[in-house]
Amino acid sequence: MRVLGFILQKEFRQIFRDKTILAMMFVVPTVQLVILPLAANFEVKNINISVVDYDRSTYSQRLIYKIASSGYFRLVGNTVSYNDALELIEKNEADMMLEIPHGFERNLVREGSQQLNISADAINGTKSSIGGGYLTAVLADFNSSLDVNIKSANGGNIMQSPRIEITYSDWFNPRREYKYYMVPGILVLLLTLIGGFITALNIVREKEIGTIEQINVTPIKKWQFILGKLIPFWIVGIIVFTVGLIVMYLVYGIFPEGSIPLLYLFAAVYLVALLGFGLLISTFSNSQLQAMFVAFFFMMIFMLMSGFFTSVDSMPDWARKFSNLTPVTHFIAVVRLIVLKGSGFRQVKTELLYLSGFALLLNSCAILNYRKTS
Amino acid sequence: MKQLPAFIRKEFYHVFRDKRTLLILFGLPVVQIILFGYALSNEVKNIGITILDNAHDNNSEQIINRIKTSSYFLVKDPVLKYSDIEEKFKEGSIKCALVFPPDFTGELGHSGNAQIQIITDGSDPNTATIVVNYLTAIISGYQQQLKPAPRLSYQIIPQIRQLYNEEQNGSVNFIPGVIALIFMIVCTALTSVSVVREKELGTMEILLVSPLKPILVLIAKVVPYLVLSIVNFIIILTLSVYLLDVQIKGNLVLIFAESILFIITCLSLGLLISNVTNSQQTAMLISMMGMMLPTILFTGFMFPIENMPWIFRAISHVIPSRYYFIIIKAVMLKGLGFRYIWQETLILAGMAIFLLTIALKNFKIRLS
Repeated sequence: MRVLGFILQKEFRQIFRDKTILAMMFVVPTVQLVILPLAANFEVKNINISVVDYDRSTYSQRLIYKIASSGYFRLVGNTVSYNDALELIEKNEADMMLEIPHGFERNLVREGSQQLNISADAINGTKSSIGGGYLTAVLADFNSSLDVNIKSANGGNIMQSPRIEITYSDWFNPRREYKYYMVPGILVLLLTLIGGFITALNIVREKEIGTIEQINVTPIKKWQFILGKLIPFWIVGIIVFTVGLIVMYLVYGIFPEGSIPLLYLFAAVYLVALLGFGLLISTFSNSQLQAMFVAFFFMMIFMLMSGFFTSVDSMPDWARKFSNLTPVTHFIAVVRLIVLKGSGFRQVKTELLYLSGFALLLNSCAILNYRKTS
Repeated sequence: MKQLPAFIRKEFYHVFRDKRTLLILFGLPVVQIILFGYALSNEVKNIGITILDNAHDNNSEQIINRIKTSSYFLVKDPVLKYSDIEEKFKEGSIKCALVFPPDFTGELGHSGNAQIQIITDGSDPNTATIVVNYLTAIISGYQQQLKPAPRLSYQIIPQIRQLYNEEQNGSVNFIPGVIALIFMIVCTALTSVSVVREKELGTMEILLVSPLKPILVLIAKVVPYLVLSIVNFIIILTLSVYLLDVQIKGNLVLIFAESILFIITCLSLGLLISNVTNSQQTAMLISMMGMMLPTILFTGFMFPIENMPWIFRAISHVIPSRYYFIIIKAVMLKGLGFRYIWQETLILAGMAIFLLTIALKNFKIRLS
């Protein structure tokens, strides 16, 4: 144990000597955690629409007014020709355009039906389909309001049919605020980035600078060396996690619903797995650049597949299986469960098994892969 | 000038010696294209749902059947008690629950007004919104079938046309973003170590005593990465066209010119980082860890920039990838000409010159 103590002493000195690294470890994640959740918002609002009104009648004006006042759309142009409206889409100023043809009012009153052309910028598929949906809803509403107007003018009555009333409630986050979903996820990603990158760079740095020779000629055992590298960064990770939780509470008012010791238990196991992964990359690489690129490669894949950006359930079968093979996916899921829904140990115990498995596997690989003789 | 080719050759040797980094460099875009093309989408499918059917009658079962046949939902085992729903939510196995009242059919028949309750997992607001929309559509569909609404006597029929992307190919939106992201991070990280590595390994001294001017030293550092990035860009374009069926509508020459401009901007940023840092570790942490999330967020391909608070919209203006994303979208996907993107091009060029000047200013020709 005394040997381990000396290694730890050395590692801590190295960490605290480099002020830039210290800043990168603590300041950057804190700042990013404060800022990023405000920016990460999938919600689509304010769809910019331009209108070409060839008809210029009472009905067409009413329709435009209805669209503009629906709350979903922002009228960015009332142009005179199709080409002008298209130009707005090309310049990215409008997301969609509505074309009201000549004789719109006349056809509607005489023949009872009229087509309208809507063109949407479909490069952003989500936006175009949501915008199309909103616009269709506004039009349907407009249709029925016309219908009621005419019918009540004719003295006709509106049929009452059996209605299924749908009530809905959103549990755990009644106002559907985005920050609840985003903040815990971003905290996990930041922790992952720091832990993964810093450990990936660590052993290879000693190789590149040449100081690894000095360790290789000492009687330090392989597991002692890996453990000596692991523990300091594990402590750093736990501190970053704690700072993250505090930021989460102070800035966003999110306090974990579930038990905090349980949260830390998961964080502790996850960090061991993650750092083991970083160290494995480090023992495997020949230069810091290489280690960084390999780490970046895997981090990128893990992050994209983790369910932070898009839901894991929606992925095709092979991707879902792959996603479950990465520790990040499990940890994000667990942190969201415990922080937002207050899940207890019983409900998340399988995840703990997964994470422990990763921790054991990755660290054994790191120990085995570290060679004192080259 | 005779020395410059020799220096460039030296840098090429450095790059090509490290096979693993090269592999990652070219593997990264391939993997990303595959992930974005096939695994990731904003569509929400396979939503776990549980049903508490207190009614167990014909109407409730027909609605449940409709949900079962919809590809959006994955109906899990039904629950028997209201309190079980919370347990399922806490396990994370479901995203929503549907509750039928005990006398569903009776209420529907007598008072003409029956209630169904949808409970969603609000901790994932995006899915919650979509779930409510899907379920409402399914239930109103059933209601229509029970009693078809009379045809409205006035109808406006919308004809929706999807511009630029008629097949609604989801990859189309991601490709420009992925290209921007890869260059922004890979190019910056590669160059960010180039100078500081020589400082750390002690070979800087040899470079400094050579008769080459500082600017030429930096140019020699950048050239190999520029070449590699262009090769990488060709790979990405080829994959997007042949694997993901993305159509390139604009002028290829313009696309390449703009891409090279963007690559140069990123390389200059990397050089600047390399000149102001003292260790490879710091340089890489700044260029990768520090820039990864801001680039993903502020480029505009994942989260719409116009929804952000004004301060972030302001920040996004200093992120080069944001402009490149706009340019590549306009030229590659919409087929527009230079007239539409000259402003963005000018900004990128300005950034490149600015970064390069600062990098040069910070290139210390004395070791101390």
